[in-house]
Amino acid sequence: MGKVLTIQPVTRIEGHASIAIELDDNGNVKDTKLHLMSLRGFEKFIEGRPAEEVPRIVNRICGICPWMHHLASVKAVDACFGVTPTPAGHKLRELCQVMAHINDKILHFFFLAAPDFVIGPDSDYAVRNVIGIVKAAPELAQQVVKMRQLGQMMLERFAGKAIHPIAGVTGGFAKPMTEVERVGLLRDTETLLDFAVYALDFAKNNVFNKYLDVISKLGTITTGFLGTVDDNGALRIYDGKLRLMQPTGEYVDFPCSEYTDYLAEHVEPWAYAKMPYAKSWQEGFSMDLDHPKGIYRSNTLARINVCDHIATPKAQAALEEFRAKFGRPAQFTLLYHWARLIELVYACERTIELLQDKSITDPNIRAKVEPKAGRGVGCVEAPRGSLIHDYTTDDNGCIVSANLIVGTTHNIAPMNMSVKQAATMLIKDGVYDQGMLNKVEMAVRAYDP
Amino acid sequence: MAVRVAEEWLHACSGCEVAILNIGEPLVELLSALDFVHIPVLMDHKYYGQTGEGKVLDIPEADVGIVSGGVGNEEHLEVLEEMRKKCKILIALGTCATHGGLPALLNNWDVNEAHKQIYKTITTDACTVPDQKVPKPLDRVYALDEKVKIDLMIPGCPPNSQHIAGAILALLNGEEVKLPTKSVCDTCPTVRKGKGDVKKVRRFLENAAYIAEEPIDKMRCLLEQGFMCMGPVTLAGCAKRGAPSCIIARVPCRGCFGPVRKGGNQMLDMMNALASNGIDFKSVIDRKNLLRFSGAHGLIRQQRPTV
Repeated sequence: MGKVLTIQPVTRIEGHASIAIELDDNGNVKDTKLHLMSLRGFEKFIEGRPAEEVPRIVNRICGICPWMHHLASVKAVDACFGVTPTPAGHKLRELCQVMAHINDKILHFFFLAAPDFVIGPDSDYAVRNVIGIVKAAPELAQQVVKMRQLGQMMLERFAGKAIHPIAGVTGGFAKPMTEVERVGLLRDTETLLDFAVYALDFAKNNVFNKYLDVISKLGTITTGFLGTVDDNGALRIYDGKLRLMQPTGEYVDFPCSEYTDYLAEHVEPWAYAKMPYAKSWQEGFSMDLDHPKGIYRSNTLARINVCDHIATPKAQAALEEFRAKFGRPAQFTLLYHWARLIELVYACERTIELLQDKSITDPNIRAKVEPKAGRGVGCVEAPRGSLIHDYTTDDNGCIVSANLIVGTTHNIAPMNMSVKQAATMLIKDGVYDQGMLNKVEMAVRAYDP
Repeated sequence: MAVRVAEEWLHACSGCEVAILNIGEPLVELLSALDFVHIPVLMDHKYYGQTGEGKVLDIPEADVGIVSGGVGNEEHLEVLEEMRKKCKILIALGTCATHGGLPALLNNWDVNEAHKQIYKTITTDACTVPDQKVPKPLDRVYALDEKVKIDLMIPGCPPNSQHIAGAILALLNGEEVKLPTKSVCDTCPTVRKGKGDVKKVRRFLENAAYIAEEPIDKMRCLLEQGFMCMGPVTLAGCAKRGAPSCIIARVPCRGCFGPVRKGGNQMLDMMNALASNGIDFKSVIDRKNLLRFSGAHGLIRQQRPTV
């Protein structure tokens, strides 16, 4: 058996993973594996908990996207108890979810991904990071830190906590928005929209156009896509129907409550994370690079591919430019970054739309709730992909069983494929270095796992 | 000379790392004064060398080490022991690190049985629990000080960004680190009228009574409104804008900073607090839930297997 190169830990991602690259006797790539190392067991330990408490437990699944778990969970509990949130409760939830996308995208692009492009993929690891950016481009760094902080503090100011939120409650929301709060948030979001437009331009000029050759090759695979759209086919991230697109571009739409008819989860013995695949394609599961089976992707590029259009003007213009260049569906893995910044613009525009509607300050924020036995599925688009929480409750409204499909996991199988594609392309005849191994990680980082 | 810092996350969610970033603009200055030698969320230092040929897990030496998350598997333990070996001062950051946090709720069950069940959900294809090249789980989830000596505890889920910045600055300047020692109630401005006529605690199925335009200090204490609120038995530290974080959202406390006293038991303390106020503690429908943030240190134990 040849040599095994171990990249551990995979860095500038959220979570614990390692990459094993197995070389043959000639030093060429024989196989690769992305090992997901962590299992905490939320599906088990929410058993027995009163369902209305669960949204403030499962938010701890992810400290970067706690709002997503919080709100998918609130929706699932609503469905278990058969309650419809009041219109203002619904709007406040969407507002927080969309605002949380803003911070997340700034964090991922500038703090985690950008060092590879701004400092350079082959540069020394000691400077290829956000601290390196602080030193190399202090003005940009200062602005990025300031904007991300503004977004986080808007959530904290209005909803008490930005990390591990508590304000979403079954039936609606725990506190109404005052007119003073609405005006303040609106003013701040306008600042964030200006930054989002700047960020997209900055990235187009300094990253995407400069690295177009790398983007067209590194980690590129051909798959289907999953995302959420409204009845007009427009991009949605809080509510809508799921759209599962085949690699050919054909698609089917379905309500999230029917997800078990379309999706299943494969398990490999070398990764704790499950690997969702498109069961409804009836071709099984395979990560073979030339003949993948059941493989689709989720997260930004997927949402940008499955939507027919975006209902806000600046994001729509960015989508049109993107589609004119790369078609639909676009398959290059590194385009996840570009799609991420289009969504950043959308998230700012959508936040402004929601805040311009004064009915968001309606004090009727929570519907009457009675705990009872039921089953409920809640879904939102998390930054990392379609997030599904599925609970069953007993007569007392406590959790009997739960099934979660977490955003990142949709991309576990595709990430494995991208790693294999990148490693095979880069490592030849036993020649490798830290820059090449970092490029393999860049194929993972694009998915923002 | 700059202070060298190493950071690691174990059985964690990254919320503590986001709390570090939420220090905000002072962070830019702080980053320049510190010399990060290892921090997987931001920096590409690898355990086994940059081309992965090393045989032993290696983290560079540092003056200050910060670890978030509890200890749930063999890799966590190996990383924690290496951090202890290489760092002069070791900080446990966040409630998972100090008290086990939410993942320690799994201590209710046999870990292997729980894992088996997780791989049998309705959408999961038939399989066995992954066991190749993934770290084996320990028998239960531990807080860090159950495994190594810890020099400073900064609890919170998430921890308060200002505590993190304050602790780092104090260590930079060779000063004593100051952290809150009172209870959440001591930082809560809501109106308390003393013993009320509440006999049972309610689930949070309806919102608290308050007037939205009025500040928090006009709202009646949530426990006195009859809601389970764990402020009395929870360490202070979450208050930022003149009130505890959850109270700002008009939502009761669930104890995420852990017990007020080191070694305290939030469930027993809360039961005592309810009983001494004449509230029937049997009205709490899920008592184990009161240890949801502090189940390590053997406080949450495995239920006897049901036949």
